[in-house]
Amino acid sequence: MIHPTRETRRWLWFAAAMMILLLPVLAHAAEAFDAQPYVQTELEAEPGEGLFQRARWSPYLVGVGIGLLSWLAFLLSDHPLGVSTAYARTAGMLEKLARGSAAEQKAYYREYAPTIDWQWMLVLGLLIGAVLSAVVSGDFRWEFVPPLWEGAFGHTPAARIITALVGGWLIGFGARWTGGCTSGHGISGTLQLVVSSWVAVLCFFIGGIATAHVIYYILA
Amino acid sequence: MIERIRSSPRTQQVLGLLFGICFGFLLQKGGVTRYEVILGQLLLIDWTVVTIMLTAVFTGMLGVHLMVSLGWANLHKKPGSVGRTVIGGLIFGVGFGMLGYCPGTGMGAAGQGSLDALLGGVMGMILGAACFAAIYPKARDGLLKKGDFGDVTLDQILHLPRWLGVALAAALIVGILLLIEMTGG
Repeated sequence: MIHPTRETRRWLWFAAAMMILLLPVLAHAAEAFDAQPYVQTELEAEPGEGLFQRARWSPYLVGVGIGLLSWLAFLLSDHPLGVSTAYARTAGMLEKLARGSAAEQKAYYREYAPTIDWQWMLVLGLLIGAVLSAVVSGDFRWEFVPPLWEGAFGHTPAARIITALVGGWLIGFGARWTGGCTSGHGISGTLQLVVSSWVAVLCFFIGGIATAHVIYYILA
Repeated sequence: MIERIRSSPRTQQVLGLLFGICFGFLLQKGGVTRYEVILGQLLLIDWTVVTIMLTAVFTGMLGVHLMVSLGWANLHKKPGSVGRTVIGGLIFGVGFGMLGYCPGTGMGAAGQGSLDALLGGVMGMILGAACFAAIYPKARDGLLKKGDFGDVTLDQILHLPRWLGVALAAALIVGILLLIEMTGG
């Protein structure tokens, strides 16, 4: 049983006030539902009838959904939502396959054991969830070159894949360097008000904004 | 009850899978698994990514801090240093601009058929993580320690009670979201 201390009562009042604040946001999200989908390019599928058939949901609804998911993750799994450690564990599993158990002796894999844990399953689920969402709404399509890239650089699959591979390498390396990604630092860390996470997410966007501008305003 | 759920590895794997399915579904529905939406954010012409992130932080923050004060949940704070957080963050950022997905949205993009995310992004991220594991012992004792500031929180450095820190962050987020709405997002 919970015995409400003064601290707890203060928190309950505070949460109630915040929920009232949240109501206009939800009302706005509901309103945006009836309007056009948030981002709709010509290439995207026509919105269907039901909620799940829609190609796009309001970003407020998606944000609230991810926020609620993080409550459940903290409560039931004692774990913040995060993704990039799973890539490190996968790297460890592949090294183990290639080189045997010597890989497990590496200092990093002793800290992050190459095993299938909660987060690895989360990332597998993420893939499945995205397949479901895309298939149900007709938004699934095989695509080597995204339309925005094609508009600027033409149909250049090799250039796109190489850029993606180098970018992916830097993300994998950088995420492990800084100890988190846009989920682990960007959402789970910032919501705990951790300074390192706010600094990290600022650096993610500073680097990303600068690079995107170089690619699309200087190179293109 | 909660302890039994948390301490069973099998239950946790199932829960992880279920949370992941919801997470991937939401990311894809939000449009952030599309290269155009991420690049639109980084080119500052489409504010979907920041809107989703700030709404998630706002919602998550209220529930998580409430659960912590009720004793239902624990904080999991990541330590940082200038060498770790700033340098690693900028490396990540350059990759973010080149790939146009992040680790979560990249996996989601692979699920909607984006092969650049699967063959370039996911492969690259695994390789990058493997390379970091290789240099980790050197980095751990060198750059990662430079300018250490630990796992302090914003309320601690401002010397405020935690609930006031949460209230300030909530007000800041609402302010930014209103600004995005007013400028047409």
